[in-house]
Amino acid sequence: MSAIELKNLDISYGDSKVVHGINLAIAEGESFALVGESGSGKSTILRAIAGLAPDWTGEIAVLGKARSHGVERGVARQVQMVFQDPYGSLHPRKTVDSVLSEPLAINGIGNRGERVEAMLTAVGLDHRFRFRFPHQLSGGQRQRVAIARALMLEPKVLLLDEPTSALDVSVQAEILNLLKRLRREQGLTYLLVTHNLPVVSFLCDRLAVMRQGRVVEVADVEQLKQGRLVEPYSQELLAATVA
Amino acid sequence: MAPLLNVENLRVSFPTHRGRVEVVKGISFALGRERLGIVGESGSGKSMTGRSILKLIRKPGLVTADRMEFDGIDLGAQSERQMRDFRGARISMVMQDPKFSLNPVMTVGEQIAEALVTHERLGRREVQQRILDMLAAVRINDPERVARLYPHEVSGGMGQRIMIAMMLIPGPELLIADEPTSALDVSVQAQVLDIIDDLVRTKGMGLILISHDLNLVSRYCDRILVMNGGRIVEECAAGQLSQAQHPYTRGLLAAMPTINEQRAELPVLDRTQWAGT
Repeated sequence: MSAIELKNLDISYGDSKVVHGINLAIAEGESFALVGESGSGKSTILRAIAGLAPDWTGEIAVLGKARSHGVERGVARQVQMVFQDPYGSLHPRKTVDSVLSEPLAINGIGNRGERVEAMLTAVGLDHRFRFRFPHQLSGGQRQRVAIARALMLEPKVLLLDEPTSALDVSVQAEILNLLKRLRREQGLTYLLVTHNLPVVSFLCDRLAVMRQGRVVEVADVEQLKQGRLVEPYSQELLAATVA
Repeated sequence: MAPLLNVENLRVSFPTHRGRVEVVKGISFALGRERLGIVGESGSGKSMTGRSILKLIRKPGLVTADRMEFDGIDLGAQSERQMRDFRGARISMVMQDPKFSLNPVMTVGEQIAEALVTHERLGRREVQQRILDMLAAVRINDPERVARLYPHEVSGGMGQRIMIAMMLIPGPELLIADEPTSALDVSVQAQVLDIIDDLVRTKGMGLILISHDLNLVSRYCDRILVMNGGRIVEECAAGQLSQAQHPYTRGLLAAMPTINEQRAELPVLDRTQWAGT
């Protein structure tokens, strides 16, 4: 069974169609990357899977079950998203504790205090951060909180939208290590959107190169590492990174 | 030949409720007509260094230096009015994000014209010709059409090229580029930097490229200063970056994943090793 399966997926924002005919299957436990330049539709695919871009046709199946167009609670428990900008994705007037407790409250899960403590430990934050506000945290700490929030419901799949591109190199390394460790420990499936090919090389098993709303090429990460991407556009992207 | 820019013991500080905090702690460097890169992470003071050269740091920020000379002129002693003859005309600065740095209610052509006529008295036809030539120089294909567009009608990469055109049209001798490409796509980054590089070489200008990206800086500069916590921790020729000595520089280099990544885990900077922030 695939963790995520997309069939003939077209996504529109109003009158303009931005994603055309996507067919992808991401296996359970796999780490898959979508790469391409801005406007290629890679983030839009994540938003459609999360239920944030409801205007699509085709089929989206999550862990074998077709999902509807809106926000679905059942899907939310299995699929969670981490956004690019940790400065924008956390509520400025909620403490770390209330950000992390909220998904539990919504889904009627008890034992919240312990779960929050355990999750803070899992993402490498000291428990003294529990009652702080986002403005009291650094960028890397905020992204840890955002990852913790996504993991509170113990999802199977994480949708990662440029999780490290707003961070410094040394902080990026910490977050990438964290993501790698969490995936190993909790058997997570990742769908990662990025334009940073070295990050793909570090974190992913397979990748799809996108351009203007279409998948140009699906490749194994070994092909990326050895520079054996087939399509000319993929080679162009690779050259822009390596040169 | 005397250096174009000479900075000695530059300090920038801001008041907080716990007293003044220095964000640049006494740095010195000299720049000829060459390409100098300043690299560092957020909060290292690299942007503040760039801004203080143009005296763009407002009160209550405080800039002091034992010496800050541009072409033999003491910048520290210049009044605000006198600084206007430097800003744009002799030293100019390309900012990070074209979306926030271009005026949204002026066409591209008008903005570039403004940059030019502020410093030079020219006829209308000549201004128009200079604008079109400059747009062509930053590799914009259809300059006449683009000059009539508003900033929201152009892409990020084109916006940044327009910024560069605007900064270079008065013919400055020193260009400060503060993260000129970090708001752009990887595929466009190289194009924009190639344009800057080409123009800087052909016009024989000095360039200060400020960035957090070590690889990028080492590709486009002759010399690199690595900053951490307001100090220059390492200075080296761009080609010798791989032989960097300071643990901070080495840590930064190691923390970057590579395209052929074999390490199971990336080394993380041990921040207690040196007096960072």
